[in-house]
Amino acid sequence: MARIAPPIDMTPMVDLAFLLVTFFMLTATAIPDEPVAVDTPSSVSMVQMPETNVITITVDREGRVFFNVDGQYTRDAVLDDMAGRYGVTFTPQEKRAFVLMSSMGVPMASMKQFLGLTPEERKEITQPGIPVDSAHNELVDWINMTRTVTQNKVRIAVKGDSDADYKTIKKVVNTLVDRNKIMKFNLITNMEKGPDLDAAIANQRKAEKH
Amino acid sequence: MAELGGGDGGKKKGGKVRVKKSSTRIDMTPMVDLAFLLLTFFVMTTTLNKPQAMQINMPDKPKEDDKPPEVNEKNVLTLIMGDNDKIYWYMGITDPEVKVTDFSANGIRKILMEKKAELPKLVVLIKSLDESRYKNMVDIMDEMNISGGLRAALVEITDVDKELVKESQL
Repeated sequence: MARIAPPIDMTPMVDLAFLLVTFFMLTATAIPDEPVAVDTPSSVSMVQMPETNVITITVDREGRVFFNVDGQYTRDAVLDDMAGRYGVTFTPQEKRAFVLMSSMGVPMASMKQFLGLTPEERKEITQPGIPVDSAHNELVDWINMTRTVTQNKVRIAVKGDSDADYKTIKKVVNTLVDRNKIMKFNLITNMEKGPDLDAAIANQRKAEKH
Repeated sequence: MAELGGGDGGKKKGGKVRVKKSSTRIDMTPMVDLAFLLLTFFVMTTTLNKPQAMQINMPDKPKEDDKPPEVNEKNVLTLIMGDNDKIYWYMGITDPEVKVTDFSANGIRKILMEKKAELPKLVVLIKSLDESRYKNMVDIMDEMNISGGLRAALVEITDVDKELVKESQL
């Protein structure tokens, strides 16, 4: 005898589902537009980066260097300091444009012109990258100014492309170590599962016995 | 199509206009489907978005009057990252024999394990040629983490090392 199953009241489940949807939608942060796509190498390291007070130095596969720091207040103050150092003045509109941007790779000489463009125009042009040569190094100033503004609370993360030249990475690392005296920094990597070391050792022993 | 045009003709023959009774219950299934789809999407994207990082500690630059630490050169393993993901390596400092290996499980990881078992005071110097790529540097630091308990440092390459690599012709 087949009986008709009693209907299940789905309301509590739907309530919970929508509660979770709302929660995740509100906590999710949109990834800001990056001027370059970077394919980071993977590592077994599991250190989590903090979400605030981070300078991200991006190195793309062509060896261009980009600078990014989070926090609208920090960005505003850093741009002010940089403007004073390089003798450039920015209008409030240009400052606003800088505060709302993410990574940028433009030398200070062409910064004013770059900030005057509309966001769409900015996406179109290829940014030349921040100068990191020993003779003309603007990255060191960007980092120094940010450290002053944030009272040295800022952490440094280097986000390099797998295929980036070691030459450029060396320049960035030398800037950090020699010029900024920063000995500790982080490299952003993808997650990768570590090898099974015990199994590897067991295999090796087995091979030695034979 | 036919029903849209001439459907009413049939009903009028009965003489009554029947109001179709509709159920007061709404089928929630599509809404629930959508809710769970969104839920799955947001759960997946938020957990995978956190960036992983690797901590790097560079050695401090020695001061003028600092004595360099005494290290027996037999304990020094030098790794040089070359082009095409090659690793040149040698033990000691005077007249070393340069060999070449790669990033496979039987390559550098095996060498590191053997040397670590052989020499408990092993010191690893990591140098990179300009031709190598960033991935090599991350991979070798990763190998150091995997092997564990190794004293390793990223060091600037010297002309002597470049000569050694060139002479080895590997």
